[in-house]
Amino acid sequence: MQVQALNKTFGSNVAVNDISFNVDTPQMIGIIGRSGAGKSTLLRMLNRLTDATSGEVIIDGRNILALRGKEKRAWQRDCAMIFQQFNLVPRLDVITNVMLGRLNRHSTLKSVFKVFSTQDIEDGLAALDRLGIAEKALERVENLSGGQQQRVAIARGLMQQPKMILADEPIASLDPLSAEIVMKSLREIHDRDQLTVICNLHTLDTARTYCSRIIGMRAGEMVFDGPASELTSDVAREIYGADEDLNEAVTSTSLGAPHSVPSDVSHQSTANPAAI
Amino acid sequence: MTDALIRLENQRRLYTGLGLVIAIAILVSGYQSAESLNSGGFVQGLSKFFDYPSQIVREAIAKGPEFWPLFPRFFPALIETLNIALVATLIGGLLAMILSLAATRNLDVPDRLIPVIRRIMDIMRAFPELIIALFLIFVLGASPVPAAIAVAFHTAGALGKLFSEINENIDVKQIEGLKATGASWIQRVRYGVIPQVLPNYTSYFLLRLEINVRASAILGFVGAGGIGSELARSIGWGDGAITSALFLMLFATIVIIDQLSSALRRRLTVATGGHSA
Repeated sequence: MQVQALNKTFGSNVAVNDISFNVDTPQMIGIIGRSGAGKSTLLRMLNRLTDATSGEVIIDGRNILALRGKEKRAWQRDCAMIFQQFNLVPRLDVITNVMLGRLNRHSTLKSVFKVFSTQDIEDGLAALDRLGIAEKALERVENLSGGQQQRVAIARGLMQQPKMILADEPIASLDPLSAEIVMKSLREIHDRDQLTVICNLHTLDTARTYCSRIIGMRAGEMVFDGPASELTSDVAREIYGADEDLNEAVTSTSLGAPHSVPSDVSHQSTANPAAI
Repeated sequence: MTDALIRLENQRRLYTGLGLVIAIAILVSGYQSAESLNSGGFVQGLSKFFDYPSQIVREAIAKGPEFWPLFPRFFPALIETLNIALVATLIGGLLAMILSLAATRNLDVPDRLIPVIRRIMDIMRAFPELIIALFLIFVLGASPVPAAIAVAFHTAGALGKLFSEINENIDVKQIEGLKATGASWIQRVRYGVIPQVLPNYTSYFLLRLEINVRASAILGFVGAGGIGSELARSIGWGDGAITSALFLMLFATIVIIDQLSSALRRRLTVATGGHSA
């Protein structure tokens, strides 16, 4: 994937200013920056929920920002999106929500009458099982906790059989334990399915722990792009435009001591050295 | 400060007093102009107000046991009226759904289309059923079909307005979630909008069904068939027994439908009231 000179302006307000980066092999990328730095806008442009003002995103030789109609929806299917507020249908049960990830592959008539194949049901249950919530399949989504809902949302993303997963602040409304489960799930999907995962994050330690590459954004511009190991406190201050008193421990959502890394994840990242 | 408050209070009293005087003036002048057009007087007529009802009741009692077979005799006419109402509400409701969805912001409807569709709904709502029915019966002949079309037309506008108010308050996150999976517009409406709005739609639909049963009965008077036509005929021929039987049937039906639909609507709102999401 090549992102070239991507711009987005809302009126006179520049949300994303001339962003370019390449992703050549499957990576787990964390995008960090203050609220309003343009992180969400960037992801929404990649998924085509928001149209870019200018720039190109080349994937497999075609500019996905120029796609229209059916082709655009096929791209949205290939590029699963996870939201901060989960964006599931609360009144429907879990398994139906997961199977809605297949809508793009279904004819209009079939989907209007809610016809799902045995294959869809099996795949949906397998996706739920992978995220450890298969036993909730028949419950209404609105009765689930936030962490469970986010896992349903990831299962729906998997049902899309995507080539890439975008996650817009996936853990910002979750408690620390749920946040850890969700981040581990995303990392596991990246490791096992070899998918690129791009994740907007609020907390630095989460980005360092789970992502191999970090992109830092400030006021719409890219101010850092490098491996997680290079994300020092000085760099973080630069990204957040903060004074010396930026204290990571205060905003940290990790369990236990802020600088200790959950053991199995650090194991994964050593066993699987950042795929750059 | 105190002076300002007293001044405001006095001003408020003055406006209330003026409003009251205007309202009374309108009532008095309205009564006088109506009175001058009447052939009899309003006060003299008032004493005769109960003469006609008591006369038809007396005629009904005089019929004795012959009165009861009138109910099964006119039952088909009642069914015809209910049919007009049901068909009209279903067709009108479906049309209202399509129109209201096409007039909702946040649903990727072209901005310029929204006001156009809203005005169309306003116009459909502005025509009373009776006027449309009179026109259609003149064109299509006296039958239940023009009546059903007339009621459906008005229903589409009236329900469409109520539906679009529901649509204004939908949660767009779930629609966006589906959009991000590559779902088409119809698929987003089917799974992102319909589950949210269906309980409220059903509630308004039942309310409209109630109103349309009454409207269909009235349309019988202009030749649309059903129980209204029978009523018009029996009143015209001065057959008090049939008139009172028809009145009873219509009244009982409306009460039953009213109770049924309000019970259903209560269940719908209770079942969904607990969830804000």
